[in-house]
Amino acid sequence: MMKFKEVKHSIPKVDGRGLLKGASAYTDDLTVNSALIVKLLRSPYAFAKIKSIDTKKAQKVEGIECILTYKDVPRIPITRAGQGYPEPSPKDKFILDNYVRYVGDEVAIIAGTTEKVVEDAMKLIEVDYEILEPVLDFEKAEGHKSVIHPEKEIYSMFPLGLDARNNIACSYLDTMIVGDMDKTLAECDFVVKERYYTHAQQQTAMEPHTSTAYIDVQERLNIITSTQNPYHTRRIIGEALNKPLRDIRVIKPRIGGGFGAKQQIHNDIYTAIVTLKTGKPSKCFYTRKEVNESSFTRHQMRFDIQLGANKDGIIQAFDMQLLSNTGAYGEHSLTTFMVAGSKLLPMYNKTKAIRFEGKVVYTNKCSAGAYRGYGAIQANFAVESAIRELAEKLKMDPVELRLKNCIKEGETSPVFQVMGEGGEGIAQIMESCKLDYCIKRGRELIGWNKKYPSKQIAPNKIRSVGTAIAMQGSGIPLLDMGAAVLKLNDDGFFNLLVGATDLGTGSDTVLSQIAAEAIGVPVDRIVITSSDTDTTPYDVGAYASSTTFVSGNAARKAGLDMRAKLIEEAARALEAVHKDDVIFEDCTFKLKDSHESITLKELSEGLYYKFGADMKQLIASGSNTSPKSPPPFMTGFVEIELDIETGKIDVLEYVGVVDCGTPINPNLARIQVEGGILQGIGMAMYEDVVYSKDGKMLTNNLMKYKIPNRKDVKKITVEFAESYDPAGPYGAKSVGEIGIDTPLAAIANAVYNAVGVRIRSVPLTPEKVLHGILEKS
Amino acid sequence: MILKLNINNKFYNTNIESDESLLVVLRHLGFKSVKKGCDTGTCGVCSVLIDGKPRLSCQFLAARAQGHKITTVEGLGKKADAIIDAIVNEGADQCGYCGPSLVLTTYAMKKELKDPTVNKIKHYLAGNLCRCSGYEGQLRGIKKYMGVK
Repeated sequence: MMKFKEVKHSIPKVDGRGLLKGASAYTDDLTVNSALIVKLLRSPYAFAKIKSIDTKKAQKVEGIECILTYKDVPRIPITRAGQGYPEPSPKDKFILDNYVRYVGDEVAIIAGTTEKVVEDAMKLIEVDYEILEPVLDFEKAEGHKSVIHPEKEIYSMFPLGLDARNNIACSYLDTMIVGDMDKTLAECDFVVKERYYTHAQQQTAMEPHTSTAYIDVQERLNIITSTQNPYHTRRIIGEALNKPLRDIRVIKPRIGGGFGAKQQIHNDIYTAIVTLKTGKPSKCFYTRKEVNESSFTRHQMRFDIQLGANKDGIIQAFDMQLLSNTGAYGEHSLTTFMVAGSKLLPMYNKTKAIRFEGKVVYTNKCSAGAYRGYGAIQANFAVESAIRELAEKLKMDPVELRLKNCIKEGETSPVFQVMGEGGEGIAQIMESCKLDYCIKRGRELIGWNKKYPSKQIAPNKIRSVGTAIAMQGSGIPLLDMGAAVLKLNDDGFFNLLVGATDLGTGSDTVLSQIAAEAIGVPVDRIVITSSDTDTTPYDVGAYASSTTFVSGNAARKAGLDMRAKLIEEAARALEAVHKDDVIFEDCTFKLKDSHESITLKELSEGLYYKFGADMKQLIASGSNTSPKSPPPFMTGFVEIELDIETGKIDVLEYVGVVDCGTPINPNLARIQVEGGILQGIGMAMYEDVVYSKDGKMLTNNLMKYKIPNRKDVKKITVEFAESYDPAGPYGAKSVGEIGIDTPLAAIANAVYNAVGVRIRSVPLTPEKVLHGILEKS
Repeated sequence: MILKLNINNKFYNTNIESDESLLVVLRHLGFKSVKKGCDTGTCGVCSVLIDGKPRLSCQFLAARAQGHKITTVEGLGKKADAIIDAIVNEGADQCGYCGPSLVLTTYAMKKELKDPTVNKIKHYLAGNLCRCSGYEGQLRGIKKYMGVK
């Protein structure tokens, strides 16, 4: 086991105390009181064409500064998805358009001095709509007579299979094919062939999407925003408004959760355009209704799975055909879809034949976008349910089936090379993979051998266990890049500047720990500043489980660079013959075989005040991108109690055993997993985005869209496998997403183990469970 | 209308609209610890203490607050330290958006619950939603603070 001084220690988050004391730290807290209030007039129809729009009466309301319709804004197709560049999402969104494509789509931007003024003006805007037939069923979207994107300008930056005339945002065919699927399936002793559905889910970050804009003294546009990716935001705003990026600054302050929701741009574009038009500061703070109805949900998906195995239980064939619903616009449509394959197929790597294909369709619903575990959680439900169905056919313990087939350390899968995010991937060997340990340890912790499959504990109650395994990545190989800068100050402390985006995960703390470990100083010598496009170096942002691995390696490199520079300067100050003679420990530089020494504080004072011609600023930097994306692995085990009279499921305990390499801050890593598990349980049990027949979202507030509360949690147990990945900073892999993946299948499998009812669509509501029980009897 | 509000033991004279919520008025007066998270009184991030009891400031008309003692986390000062330490030592503060309201409600709970248990703690804090932490880390910390095993 490796020994570390700063990493692998649970220190409190560097911003934790300040936040809990109520510091002004979030976007709205930092907004000036004089900021114009910006609101959006939104479409009441799922699909319509604006025949005419008249703002004359509204303009006359006292206090109104600016009302903009599609006639007043640049018409440049963009994608609001903050990902790599060239962007792997279709450019199918205009700031405002003469078509509205879902209930809640933007019709006009209104800015005025108070909320009241803006709301009064909104009511006076007269819009004449030509109502069109909406496409609401994603299984009927392809080739529907209503074409959601008839506009000519939309395009993709590289071939995605965009076919807007047929409502197809992208497609992926004839590429991810290994072996002869039909022949292999025909030769298998047992085949599972089933269809599974997953629904949309709301990210529900507690802080609604918020943006404020102002013009600074250099007459540049400044935007403070709750974003996960300030650099992508700057690029997209620049593109949409046709402005050079040098005229735009994007600052991410503290943000109140993201989970992917803030990986798209939301209201930045509206505050930016209002401030540019009026010259005045502006702010836009979404209502919860807007967050739910008019931002982004998880992609709804349909999976057709075929799994084939021989009598010995070795899985020979793995086929996944996927249909995904991207809603009105195509943000993250291809990448979410591909993750469904790339994070599931390699887990079972003994297969002879692999096939993964499908399409992503437009519908007249709220756009789908990024949400923690995107693609992977949906596919995990389908695949890990199918694995349990295969175990049933084989008459094999599902845990044993997984142990027999799962990927192990030193192994690989052809999928890594074929599939990346939006294009080809990169081959990799699992240099750290403790998945088999995670499975065995989880089995022990839940008491599987005593509890599987189930036990009747009362006439109406059955207790049972279920399980699923999961794999994520650590950033996107050779696409994600993060950088860090370290600056020495005259009291012997360091500023760590990173573009990485702490959205409440604790990445500022984790990166500080890594930099401190690399320099060889206590973490309290590091003061971090993150996520400001003017003052911090580039980073893709917080998504794809990238920060600990990608940005963490940048912080490590910057730290090592700083350490070398410090030693060089200390050697000069100590008049060492060779810099190898300098030992740096306990913030003091000592000469080997001598009593000569200089403290870090003294050295820094010398460099800035006393060393004459040798005075200088010490700055070190590190950039990191990697051909590797070492996957974290996890096993989820659940024990449920099922009421067979009502169909209600109670989750008694959820056990997660995780291999994320070295947990840089074990407390923070644990909370990442616990929080992920509960979001997964929410999606498994009751969270659901429900629409009316005419396409209006019914679950548009937190009364109707229920997220888990404290009383819904009985017990969550999380443990980490002892693991070290040589590519990670001090052995770390990322851990932000993996926690969310397993609950859907684990709980569905537990339901099956309790009552023999197989539910192939989430959420696992009491109605579905009871229906299944009644149908069986 | 002109209102005289007692916030954290100081008096503030402020001119408000008659239909404004206490949340809006507090934020306008600079008490930024009081957050807005939903519009339906569901999430709890706007919680303040009114005469020592947790209340949702988004559901409380500012005009009704005159004559009552309003406490925000800024007003707890050092009295909040033990609660804050209990939460941050577990890493359970996370994004922090629900944090000030959780600290306030926990402070009120300590005064109110004579015989605290895990279930009573969960029940008392059920109205304070958190999407980051999965609640378990917060519970570990708060149990210690409340002296519950």
